Amino acid sequence: MNRPAGAVDTHLSPSLFSGSLGTEPLLAVDNLHVEFTTRQGVARAVNGVSYSLDAGETLAVLGESGSGKSVTAQAIMGILDMPPARIPKGEIRFRGTDLLKLSESARSQIRGQQIAMVFQDALSALNPVFTVGWQIAEMFRVHRGMGRKAAYAKAIELMERVRIPAAKQRVNDYPHQFSGGMRQRIMIAMSIALDPEILIADEPTTALDVTVQAQIMELLAELQRESNMAMILITHDLGVVADVADKIAVMYAGRIVENAPVHDVYKNPAHPYAKGLLESIPRVDLKGQELYAIKGLPPNLLDMPTGCAFHPRCPYKQDECVTEVPPLHQISGTRSSACHYWREVLDGTAG
Amino acid sequence: MAPQGEPILEVRDLVKHFPLTQGIVLKRQIGAIKAVDGVSFDLHRGETLGVVGESGCGKSTLAKLLMALEQPTSGTVRVAGRDLGSARGAELKGIRRNIQMVMQDPYTSLNPRMTVGDIVGEPYEIHSEVAPKGDRRKKVQELLEVVGLNPDHINRYPHQFSGGQRQRIGIARGLALQPEIIVCDEPVSALDVSIQAQVINLLERLQNEFNLAYIFIAHDLSVVRHISDRVAVMYLGKIVEIGKDTEIYDRPSHPYTQALLSAVPVPDPEGREHRERIILQGDPPSPANPPSGCRFRTRCWKAQEICAEQEPLLQIRPGTDHESACHFAEAHDVVHVS
Repeated sequence: MNRPAGAVDTHLSPSLFSGSLGTEPLLAVDNLHVEFTTRQGVARAVNGVSYSLDAGETLAVLGESGSGKSVTAQAIMGILDMPPARIPKGEIRFRGTDLLKLSESARSQIRGQQIAMVFQDALSALNPVFTVGWQIAEMFRVHRGMGRKAAYAKAIELMERVRIPAAKQRVNDYPHQFSGGMRQRIMIAMSIALDPEILIADEPTTALDVTVQAQIMELLAELQRESNMAMILITHDLGVVADVADKIAVMYAGRIVENAPVHDVYKNPAHPYAKGLLESIPRVDLKGQELYAIKGLPPNLLDMPTGCAFHPRCPYKQDECVTEVPPLHQISGTRSSACHYWREVLDGTAG
Repeated sequence: MAPQGEPILEVRDLVKHFPLTQGIVLKRQIGAIKAVDGVSFDLHRGETLGVVGESGCGKSTLAKLLMALEQPTSGTVRVAGRDLGSARGAELKGIRRNIQMVMQDPYTSLNPRMTVGDIVGEPYEIHSEVAPKGDRRKKVQELLEVVGLNPDHINRYPHQFSGGQRQRIGIARGLALQPEIIVCDEPVSALDVSIQAQVINLLERLQNEFNLAYIFIAHDLSVVRHISDRVAVMYLGKIVEIGKDTEIYDRPSHPYTQALLSAVPVPDPEGREHRERIILQGDPPSPANPPSGCRFRTRCWKAQEICAEQEPLLQIRPGTDHESACHFAEAHDVVHVS
């Protein structure tokens, strides 16, 4: 199959990606690269990721382990260990200023106050030897210079805001005395303590039961409505994404392979990887049949396939895919796909 | 796969209480964690029973009881008509051969110092009648091929494999003794999304090939639905509802099942604003001190006085077509958006 004649790639520079033209979005990640120096060589965890986020918006970053979704988030937060990590290229602009060019002290002003993060595993993210009240109050003591008493009062207020029952009595409990869902609420309380403009939630419900997951997602949505916070939700759960996201960035092997409003992706994916993920969800009407499975394994970051990183697993593979890295083709104003054959994928023809 | 004939696995009133003790020298029992508290079900040849529930509801303890890794406090487990509880020595060994397990985490359930061949072949050390010594290597290679691994990799170590491949090794080990029942405790939850489908397909293929019966424990309800013929929903050590997959998913009648199903995010953004959501408040009560009567009543929106006084039995209720343990059971479709 040849590419259709006249397929001129509208090859946009990443900076055009940032939402509405002219106005700078709240957060813009632009052509970000992150690599880790390891004994086996250089692992390129993030290879040119660009996305943008406006106030009140929810961006879901979808990908498997090793796709670079968490590393991107850590780069935005500025909590990557450098070395071994290195950011050779790219910009992270928050309200127009490049965070990567700021000094460490300037960044720590932004971290927590403007951009905050919720981690996946609340038990290991909380310090086991301090009470939760102390840990929440720490935000106010360090960033706002509050006294101990005032900070504690604030901590109780926050615990009530994230709906921890009997917050007054529980403020002096240690993390291990709380259940998984309650610990995640404490993490959320800490992250929203200083009214950040952006909340990065890295797999906030992966370790939780579905009923608790529903509680936490509802809490996050409510907090977002109250303060018009922007949220980056990092997850591999296609169900959670469909529930809350406004737009999606699908990541594979350190790149964004599809970037689109949520409804478009689920209705009609434009990248074979996104399509494969959606098709591998067990569906009621296909019970008893074999599940569609993306063949093969995710790539090794130290030994990336040439051309398109997805080509060894792709049903749409052509010779071109092995040699040439597909650019992020612009499909419409809000949508793009990093596949040479996105038209065929969209049509559902061939494969 | 209509279940026919004698069940291969019969579980009756199975109870496991873990004692809570106080004192160091003179340990006094001050209570018990009621991990599994009166569970009964049957499993037929070639059938899959899915077990779902939140963490702490007793799913994994149930798996251990079925494997005879824990002694039940009371109740019986019969495998192919033979009682697991009263069997000793050679008889117990024989029963155990027939029921094997696939663990959740393929990163910790394989010994890193053993080669794949040793791991998969280890069951033959105990049950040497299945494969005489000379045959073992060949048998192991056959097994690796059955689960889709390269038989030449028999001398490799677990760290040389990816998560999905390791889970295949665990499955090969489970198959080694040609059991009729395999207990799968969260077999895909530690795997990447794109790999999960591969492992589920493998499990289904093996079931058809060897007529295996599965107990499939998982918290991912869409996976359970895909693979199960029947589904049991557990809450605080008890089965609250059990029935065919369509009965549970299309006509759930226990409020807990309804809440559980409605909490599962649907992977389709269409109509997400209108979806019915039953969000349960709080956490499950402690299994050391479960509520009187119906255990779900503290979080239930239908709870009345009778729920605190009288424990609802697991039985077919008026207006429903399968067993549920609720005084006010009523079929209500929460999954399909109207």
